[in-house]
Amino acid sequence: MTQMPPLVALVGNPNAGKSALFNALTGARQKIANYPGVTVERKSGRASFADGRAVEMIDLPGAYSLDPDSLDEAVTRDVVLGNLSGHRRPDALVIVLDAGNLDNHLRFALELIALGLPTVVALNMIDLAERDGLRLDAQALAHELGVPVIETVAVRRRGLEPLMTALDGALKNPVAPIEPVATSFGAQNQRARDIADAAIISETAGRQWTRRLDAILLHPVGGVVILLALLFLMFQAVYGWSEAPIGWIESGFALLSDGIKNVMPDGLLRSFLTDGVIAGVGSVIVFLPQILILFLFILLLEASGYMTRAAFVMDRMMAAVGLSGHSFIPLLSSFACAIPGIMATRTIMDQKERLATILIAPLMTCSARLPVYTVIIGAFIPASNVGPGIGLQGLVLFGLYIAGILGAMLAAAVIQRFVTQSRTSSFLIEMPRYQWPRLGDIAINLWQRAWVFLRRAGTIIFAATIILWALLSFPKAPIGSNVSQVEYSVAGRIADGLEPIVRPIGFNHDIALALIPAMAAREVAVSALATVYAIDAADEDAAATSLGPKLAADWSLATALAFLAWFVFAPQCISTIAVTRRETNGWKWPIFMVSYLFVLAYAAAGITYWTARSFGL
Amino acid sequence: MQLDHLPLNQIAVIRSIDWESLPDHEGHRLRSLGFEPGVTIEALHKGILMWRDPLSVRVGRMTVALRTKVAAAIDCELST
Repeated sequence: MTQMPPLVALVGNPNAGKSALFNALTGARQKIANYPGVTVERKSGRASFADGRAVEMIDLPGAYSLDPDSLDEAVTRDVVLGNLSGHRRPDALVIVLDAGNLDNHLRFALELIALGLPTVVALNMIDLAERDGLRLDAQALAHELGVPVIETVAVRRRGLEPLMTALDGALKNPVAPIEPVATSFGAQNQRARDIADAAIISETAGRQWTRRLDAILLHPVGGVVILLALLFLMFQAVYGWSEAPIGWIESGFALLSDGIKNVMPDGLLRSFLTDGVIAGVGSVIVFLPQILILFLFILLLEASGYMTRAAFVMDRMMAAVGLSGHSFIPLLSSFACAIPGIMATRTIMDQKERLATILIAPLMTCSARLPVYTVIIGAFIPASNVGPGIGLQGLVLFGLYIAGILGAMLAAAVIQRFVTQSRTSSFLIEMPRYQWPRLGDIAINLWQRAWVFLRRAGTIIFAATIILWALLSFPKAPIGSNVSQVEYSVAGRIADGLEPIVRPIGFNHDIALALIPAMAAREVAVSALATVYAIDAADEDAAATSLGPKLAADWSLATALAFLAWFVFAPQCISTIAVTRRETNGWKWPIFMVSYLFVLAYAAAGITYWTARSFGL
Repeated sequence: MQLDHLPLNQIAVIRSIDWESLPDHEGHRLRSLGFEPGVTIEALHKGILMWRDPLSVRVGRMTVALRTKVAAAIDCELST
């Protein structure tokens, strides 16, 4: 009979280095799912003891106590108490403590130890504590707590083996907790501080990097300039660094397409492969480099500890529209994708602020809009420089991001004033010490993001592309007629019905056509256009040129700008609507969100089109 | 002296906290971050531009950001 491997939960305060320890123990083979009944992300993975026996690890959301004030904290409490139905109670706990922050972190540790589960304490980030001039006595701490204490540096993989050995021992010989449960919060805090004092051997004024960096990064003026410069650099990098890899991917797909054309006779199957699959899926995969660069920046900002500083700098401005610095982090993540952004709102304590943040998250320009922006900007905006090192194309892209942000701010102010009717917001957050991000952790995370994107390209986008190809290819236009294939097809006829609605905002037949599948995923708008033009191409030479020049030849500048404006506010993809429904427990808010975004997008595209027309564009 | 009026970079001790004036969730989070009478505290930075809000303070060995409105509920005494 095989036995289930023991389940061990990593638990501790936010910023204790829990996830880094989890990555170090389990490696890259992690499973990401949700806890039963809630949308909190559950990360699990396998680790093994010295003799090879497996152990299943889960990484619980960071918490300050077993008395939760956020959804994340409630999950942590329910799992360690065994109260989450459908989830097995852990057999043991690894409490992750920030060695440099014992007096604040020990209180929660005491609460956890008192539960009586086999427990090991990982005294993590011991190197940072030493850097700051703190010397600790792990033995004394173990003596006071009554459980093994192992010094670890997760990011340098130090102390992992002793930790697993101690965990093995704790599982084999459970000891009753010696720690009496202190009744009041105050008494627990006092006890925590006493233990911390007993464990600290000496403390000298260290180099205090964090304080020095804060003096610069939180500077009343300098801090703002640095944050804006960082964001600008981020968006320029998304454009500039991705050029070469995008070229490689494009030529790869072109080679593939040519190869198929050389070996296959002209016909339906060849059209399906080259015009449908390669033109459609290829035009989306091309954007993988840009999406990874964006995620790279966001992951680095998070791992280094800068993200909460950005929240600090932004708090007052967010307060002006009824939000707080807490909303800044989910909103910044929404630049990569609104789905993790919306899930990250769970750390916001104020429920009205959380709802408002969810509702405006889709206005942050997510990476799925990048393909659309890139194609249109590439086709219509000249690649000239407006200043040293500042390209006009990058500047326009930056402007589109700013438009999204301003739209979001306006929407937030209106929502907080009239919809949630919230009077106040609050901002109260721990600011972790700065640390050098470990590239391995960043790499694991980037790989997970790339995989999610490619899976989407391989499933939703692949399916949407095929359906669209079929809708565009049938029924066949009669040979010799002067009606084009696209006009004659099923899709063309659907677009005919849609066209009168979007004609006033400057959209043509092709755009009407592309908007339908774009509801599944925004980047499909690009593959849809690519498929339309590939099928419509009269001869091989025209089909071989890429999408940009064709659009430039076919659309007016006013139409292109209106199309961009539409996508600044574009009604979000189906996945975002689904996650909003889950996070707000019903259809009321997702329907509200979709409606107001549609109205905004239509208005913005219309205003842009008619303004551009009046300037004669 | 209230925390929002504390001069920067001077060590002080929390004398009392007016829990009643704080919304429940803020009081609770403040407690779990280690704000208690008797704890050492130091104001480090004030927010951006003309607002000078929020504040970053050191509590024990932890750095916490909070708004001046919450800081006003925390009464401190400069250590001599």
